[in-house]
Amino acid sequence: MTNNNMILEAKDITKKFPGVLANDHVNFDLHKGEIHALLGENGAGKTTLMNILYGLYRPDSGEVRVKGEATVIHSPKDSIALGIGMVHQHFMLIPVFTVAENIMLGDETVRHGMLDRKTVAAKIKDLSQRYGLDVDPQALVGQLPVGVQQRVEIVKTLYRDAEILILDEPTAVLTPQESDDLFRIMRELTRRGVSIIFITHKLKEVLAVADRITVMRAGQVVGTTQPADTDEDKLAAMMVGREVILTVKKGSAEPKDVVLQVENLQVQDDRGLDIVRGVSFEVRAGEILGIAGVQGNGQTQLAEALTGLRPVKSGKFILADKDVTGKPPRPITQTGLGHIPEDRQRHGLVLPYTVADNMVLCSYYLSPFARNGIIQQSAVDSNARQLIQEYDVRTPSPYVPTFKLSGGNQQKVIVARELSRPIKLLVASQPTRGLDVGSIEYIHKEIVAMRDRGLGVLLISAELDEIMALSDRIAVMYRGQIVATVEVGKVTREQLGLLMAGITPEKIAA
Amino acid sequence: MDWRRFGIILFIISIMFGIVVLIGITQNSPFVIITSMLATTIAVATPLTLGALSGIFCERAGVVNIGIEGMMLGAAFFGWLASLYMNSIFHFSTMPSLIVGVIAAMLSGGLFALLHAVLSITFKVDQIIGGTVINILAIGVTGFLNRQLFFESGSVFGGQVPHSPGVLPSIRIPLLADIPTFGRIFEQQPITVAALILVVITHFILFKTRWGLRTRAVGEHPRAAETVGINVVRTRYINVIIGGMIAGLGGAYFTLQSVSSFEPLMTNGRGFIALAAMIFGNWTPFGAWAAALVFGAAQALQINLQFFRELIPAQWAFLQNSYLVGLAPYILTMLILTGLIGKTTPPAADGQPYEK
Amino acid sequence: MQRGSDRRLTKGLKRLLYSLYVPLLAVLTSIILGGLIIKAVGGDPIAAYRGLLEGAFGTPRALSETAVWATPYIFAGLAVAVAFKGGLFNIGAEGQLAFGAVTAALIGYALPVWLHTDIPAFIHIPLAVGLGVLAGALWAAIPGALKAYTGGHEVINTIMMNYIALNITSFLLNGPMKNPDPLNLSARTPDIAASARIPPIFPDLRVHWGFVLALLVAGLMWWLLWKTTLGFEIRTVGANPDAAKYAGINVKRIIVLTMAISGALAGLAGAIEVTALNYRHELGFSIGYGFDAIAIALLGKSNPFGVVLAAILFGAMRNGATRMQFLTQIPVDIISVIQALILLFVAADAIIRFIYRIRAREERVVLTRGWGG
Repeated sequence: MTNNNMILEAKDITKKFPGVLANDHVNFDLHKGEIHALLGENGAGKTTLMNILYGLYRPDSGEVRVKGEATVIHSPKDSIALGIGMVHQHFMLIPVFTVAENIMLGDETVRHGMLDRKTVAAKIKDLSQRYGLDVDPQALVGQLPVGVQQRVEIVKTLYRDAEILILDEPTAVLTPQESDDLFRIMRELTRRGVSIIFITHKLKEVLAVADRITVMRAGQVVGTTQPADTDEDKLAAMMVGREVILTVKKGSAEPKDVVLQVENLQVQDDRGLDIVRGVSFEVRAGEILGIAGVQGNGQTQLAEALTGLRPVKSGKFILADKDVTGKPPRPITQTGLGHIPEDRQRHGLVLPYTVADNMVLCSYYLSPFARNGIIQQSAVDSNARQLIQEYDVRTPSPYVPTFKLSGGNQQKVIVARELSRPIKLLVASQPTRGLDVGSIEYIHKEIVAMRDRGLGVLLISAELDEIMALSDRIAVMYRGQIVATVEVGKVTREQLGLLMAGITPEKIAA
Repeated sequence: MDWRRFGIILFIISIMFGIVVLIGITQNSPFVIITSMLATTIAVATPLTLGALSGIFCERAGVVNIGIEGMMLGAAFFGWLASLYMNSIFHFSTMPSLIVGVIAAMLSGGLFALLHAVLSITFKVDQIIGGTVINILAIGVTGFLNRQLFFESGSVFGGQVPHSPGVLPSIRIPLLADIPTFGRIFEQQPITVAALILVVITHFILFKTRWGLRTRAVGEHPRAAETVGINVVRTRYINVIIGGMIAGLGGAYFTLQSVSSFEPLMTNGRGFIALAAMIFGNWTPFGAWAAALVFGAAQALQINLQFFRELIPAQWAFLQNSYLVGLAPYILTMLILTGLIGKTTPPAADGQPYEK
Repeated sequence: MQRGSDRRLTKGLKRLLYSLYVPLLAVLTSIILGGLIIKAVGGDPIAAYRGLLEGAFGTPRALSETAVWATPYIFAGLAVAVAFKGGLFNIGAEGQLAFGAVTAALIGYALPVWLHTDIPAFIHIPLAVGLGVLAGALWAAIPGALKAYTGGHEVINTIMMNYIALNITSFLLNGPMKNPDPLNLSARTPDIAASARIPPIFPDLRVHWGFVLALLVAGLMWWLLWKTTLGFEIRTVGANPDAAKYAGINVKRIIVLTMAISGALAGLAGAIEVTALNYRHELGFSIGYGFDAIAIALLGKSNPFGVVLAAILFGAMRNGATRMQFLTQIPVDIISVIQALILLFVAADAIIRFIYRIRAREERVVLTRGWGG
């Protein structure tokens, strides 16, 4: 490797946030025309490093060299000028703008003081033909499917003549098949001299597409390796610093009575479009039904409808022999439903409230926590102390505001609250999203334990591995419908991937 | 601006015009009445139009501004004060004094807006509270200075209100103003004409220029704008200040165009109604102008009913009562905010402080 | 158990002291700036402030007048504070207060006439005050319901309701409810019957039992917000409406209820002014209370006890200002400027923290959640 082959180097980068050392003397480099994967858990410091390279954060110390020259990147403007482009995990697109407007934004062509949309559209057409990235400049971005939006993001960087492309968790929102398509595009780009930093926490993808792999953990670089020299287990060990159990230990399920019966349920999204389109399934006591699917196929709205947070358009669902279709949340929870919501900070917690208050959020009005409309503080306090101990919530006291807890402990507050109530069914939506490995293991164990105690569990997760590890049966959702329900163990990852893309065995046969 | 909304606006305006025509028909021809109503409507809609445009600049960039009322009140006072200074202390003649007054009004509107920008963008104060601070500050400062300068001996004006330079004269639009009967519509005072021109200019800036594209991007998704190298904070500051200057021009309407005096609290909620016009106009300049005309028509109705007071039939006696007829714009505003006559969508990041 | 609550007590005390920090510095800074303004217009700030203090606290009479001023401020400040706790911005205290006052006045002077009989005070007073409270509650429940069921933003709606209230009271006080005495030229009601009047506490001073009631109501609001399930629901809706819905709280009902409670307190302010002080309602009396109430609620950090302190401060300033104007010819309107500055610094506590280098420790208020519609 000669030095002029080195297109980007980050040397000894350190970045502190209040209470967190996000990057601790990190070294990272990128060769011309390679795909260099940056692997690590959530919170390992990958995104921080990339935001530094892209000029969104300034490092506390360390140096960035682009094409061998030391540079200071003050803002995205500087990084764009240096030929760096970034596709963020959450797309940086404006839904009400057209594709052309999104692409030209910040780098507009102007004629006679007016935006020159024609020239821009021509340039986009040209780019999309050259790289095989088909996009329509006139389309409104908000109406495009996620995969196409990602293409728009890539075209946006190419429009600015990017030579270095940073892709931050690009496959999080894609089906396995769409991901393969993305990998094809990535290889095509490198063939034309673009260098790519590929950020992910998915081991299989790294092994499939990367030329080199750098692993980060807790703000530090653990090591750099090549796909030929490693495998999934080794990478996983590097990521978390110890051997991890990728599977959850659990016995076989002993399903009993049906606790949740869903019949032909239809639900609309915020814009009034049908997003859950006639879903039927049942969950029995003592089993975990996993709902697999790429994000945005109606799982979120399904969970919201079942928990009373979203109105039902038609169909019905029966919880513990009681029809609670379209009821508000309270009667549903009282019938015996526990809910670990997808967005814990938005729905699950009142962040400024104390841990103790959050632990009675769904039962503050019931005895012993309230009598005649008056809150019984001592009961609230002793409840909190008991749950903190039982569920190992790491908090200095029950009276600290909940926003001071780590993500994992915030989630434990919710889990403790929901599981301590008398429930028959647990709806767990993305229960481990964004958590550290320790908390993930703990919550997985709790969910299995509840199943073994005879609880029905509806698990909704975008992580296929989580679904496969926990579920007894798996229902695959695609475009608002359940395209298949399968017994776990009788299906492979690949088959599930096809189902998640809407390709059913019948379709393949046809 | 969709056609349904345009139809609703036309319908409401026709009802209000219709009432006056029906009442006044025994004394005047319908054409004369309609012309007079239209001319008044356009004129009294001026501060609402300008207030709504001010709101559009701020909110398209993502800053909610409920301080427009205060900005207009402050500008009305300081514009008037500047014209008095010019006229009675520096002995400028009428027109130069008034022009200096208008400029001063716009500058003071811009200064109030700068304060709002500092509060809401730099210090990330809740924007509604920030706007309320502007409103209260404007009432306090204008009330205090009004008393101190004009009613306390020892001030530059010797404790009395000096002779004012009057109001801005009307402009006749050539040819159009010569049309018989209807020509009166095209004879309007300068701030009204400026407001109409600003509607067109604002539309052009927002939807045809680079600045407009970037402004809208900042109001929709500031982080996305930042990642393509746009300075979110600077863009917001400039738009809020432009908005403040336009509100300032709206303030000048009260003391330099409509009447030639200042009264405490004289903006009388127009800044808030302007926000409703902005919302009903779906944050577009032409839409906001059309909505402002609805409120203008309600006010024109009140004025013309006073004029035809004796002709109002007994069973419609409540129309004689200006307090009750005066409720119309406020009730209309509330109806519009219910969204029952058409849903609107604000810029996605409206009201959210930008954290890097 | 005991130790936990002890620790909570000391923590609470610490938090209380800390929360006084910023408001006190905001008041101090505003008074200094106000002094500079007085200086700039050619006055003597020291003399002016001495006059202000003398007028507010110098004599028993001054103290009594300060309490008289503070009474409606406490009620109206609590009104805004309760709404804040529920995540609502009630700019309409002024209109709600006006309706409370008009209703109390009507019951006060007209009821004995309608019934052709005298009414005992123990019935007449509670009836006049109670219906005034109800009028305020209903007037505020309208924008509350519009917010809950149509999404119409309460900020603009409560302002519109102020103008509507002003127009309607103008109509009433110039028409059906105008004092028919031929010598009366102003827009005001007849005086209320003696049986509807709340007596003063001391024979020669104007301070009345309404002030005591205000203090009691402040305590009651603290209890309601922090010790009852309803208070828990109001605060939860205010802190995180999505989580409130998740927790099974009927968010829409709580929004309407919170606005009604807020309006009831504002209506109480108006009813007490009529029945305990003015004995009639006069046009223009309510103007300005709405904004003062916002300033008081923000200065008091939406805490009922903080509101009482802030209301007494504002009452003292308004009361002392007359003496200040008499002694130094500085117009009383300077108080509005100082109050606006206080509000500015309290709202933008970041500025105060910036000036005095204090670290932030609290969550901020969030009211701006975009427009409905």
